[in-house]
Amino acid sequence: MPTIKLTRPKLDAGEKIYLGAIFKGFFLTLSHAIKSLRGKSAGAEGLASSGLGITMQFPEQRWDDHMPEYYRGAPTLVTDEQGRERCVSCQLCEFICPPKAIKITPSEIPSNDPWAKVEKRPLEFDIDMIRCIYCGMCEEVCPEQAIYLRKDYLITGTSRDQMVHNKEKLYEIGGVRVGLVNKWNELK
Amino acid sequence: MPEILITLAIIVIKVVTFTFLVVLPLVPLSVYFERRFSAIIQDRVGPNRVGIPLTLLGMKKDFHFFGLIQPIADGLKLFLKEDFTPNHVRKAFYWLAPALTVVPALITVCVVPFGPDVTLFGHTEKLVIADIDVGPLFIFAISSLTVYGITLAGWASNSKFPFIGGVRSTAQMISYEICLGLSIIPVLLYFGELNLSNIVEEQAKNGWLLLPLWGDSAPWNNGGNYSAWLFLIPAFIAFLIFTISIFAETNRMPFDLPECETELVGGYHTEYSSMKFAMFFMGEYAAMVIGSALIITLFLGGWSFGFGFDDAIANFAIGDFKIGGLLHVGIFLGKLLAFILFFILVRWTVPRFRYDQLMKLGWVIFFEAALINVFLAALIIAAPQFTSAIIASGSVLLVVVTAAVIWVAKVSEPPAKILRA
Ligand code: SF4
Ligand code: SF4
Repeated sequence: MPTIKLTRPKLDAGEKIYLGAIFKGFFLTLSHAIKSLRGKSAGAEGLASSGLGITMQFPEQRWDDHMPEYYRGAPTLVTDEQGRERCVSCQLCEFICPPKAIKITPSEIPSNDPWAKVEKRPLEFDIDMIRCIYCGMCEEVCPEQAIYLRKDYLITGTSRDQMVHNKEKLYEIGGVRVGLVNKWNELK
Repeated sequence: MPEILITLAIIVIKVVTFTFLVVLPLVPLSVYFERRFSAIIQDRVGPNRVGIPLTLLGMKKDFHFFGLIQPIADGLKLFLKEDFTPNHVRKAFYWLAPALTVVPALITVCVVPFGPDVTLFGHTEKLVIADIDVGPLFIFAISSLTVYGITLAGWASNSKFPFIGGVRSTAQMISYEICLGLSIIPVLLYFGELNLSNIVEEQAKNGWLLLPLWGDSAPWNNGGNYSAWLFLIPAFIAFLIFTISIFAETNRMPFDLPECETELVGGYHTEYSSMKFAMFFMGEYAAMVIGSALIITLFLGGWSFGFGFDDAIANFAIGDFKIGGLLHVGIFLGKLLAFILFFILVRWTVPRFRYDQLMKLGWVIFFEAALINVFLAALIIAAPQFTSAIIASGSVLLVVVTAAVIWVAKVSEPPAKILRA
């Protein structure tokens, strides 16, 4: 292998004194300071800054309006347009969930129920939000399109119990989703 | 009441006010400024939340106060943390070291003139704790003791990173103390004075050292004598060397090698926690406050407002109380804060020096520059008394000596190494 000899680049007198570069640096840092005080930092607009630097200040300002369609927030259960719970308790989501956050107790639908032919629904459906990693696997695996990651991101609680979302809570956040599969709908 | 008791009471009041009500509060304040200003330079917001939590009391809004309460919260946190003493340390020195860094910084407060005289109840007092005639020397003597704190901390911690930090601090101190002392000799020559109060008074009357625009130093007042303006050259060199040396002395960026986080974990205070760590922290910031105070006092007119307004301000009185001096204290603190902001700006502008660069800067560049600067200043001060022949031969000598020094510095430097790919 040929040896390539490199020499350090020669500095001219101004660069050797070093002071010029320091003053240039002062201008740079100061201009950043002035710009961020005026709320004109680069990228401040795109990041919806609070007017100081590029930072959005959380409790007063929220990211909600800027959230993309594909945002993955809390996993929730949804009902269809007829108020039927979509989940058929197949437990696929329970088994796919990487951190094992989902716990389902399946049950049968009694024969006098108008949706008796669906046969199964969950009796209990708990998602432990301390474990959930918002991966979206449950949404992907669900054959009934019953579980969705919604845009809720403020999942807080003061105890472990509060961080477990039970069935009511999941339906409450999830709400109704129309369209999609209609395989249990007799009219179609 | 006997006279001596009154004098004692006044001294105690001055010590308490200046040390505990002026300089110590400046320490958390400069920490706050450090955090806020750093944030602003980096397009962030910084701590702006800690305030009075009125919502806890059922009111609509919290009172944030721009986060000015943050330093108190910081202090409280450090105070409540576990004070952990590792088993392997040398206890006595480990305990002594933090105190040794704070105390010298606070002792030096006593010679800093905060303002001119004030007259209260027909009694005139100087706004300086100890009006001694060796001000700068006293500060140098005492503040160089801080290095013992750092070195002892490094040694007593009995672990490798603090030890390296301590050793670095010693080497740094030795190389910069010399430039620090040499660089202000021109200033002392110019004023012919070692009393800081008198130096400031002189600057208030006749123009700051770096701004000779009024009083006797301005050529339009003193019959076309430009020597004060000519003295700006050595004064500015002295200012530069002195300021940079103060940075090194206070272990601030770009010279914070004793505690450089990227190489030494936490440097000399790696093994310290809780209040003992806070003492180091406080010592560093107190040193920064005193350092800026000294620079302002020597070069930037101390408490004086300048432009000939000082007499008017000093004579400002409400009834019998001549409280203009207190206004001057305000001006002094304003300048101090501005200079602390400059310290912070430097921290985020100039990257940390490599260790050999630091030593080279101290020994090869600043030491020589300060030495030559002393002769240059002496020549300029003495010039009016000499014939032009002597001045000319003096300048020639100075140029020759300067050239020789630069030549020696150049020759002693090893040639640039060839890098191989
Ligand atoms: S995969 Fe869908 S249908 Fe099956 S249990 Fe989970 S949510 Fe219910
Ligand atoms: S998002 Fe991922 S981690 Fe959360 S419940 Fe669904 S599968 Fe489990």
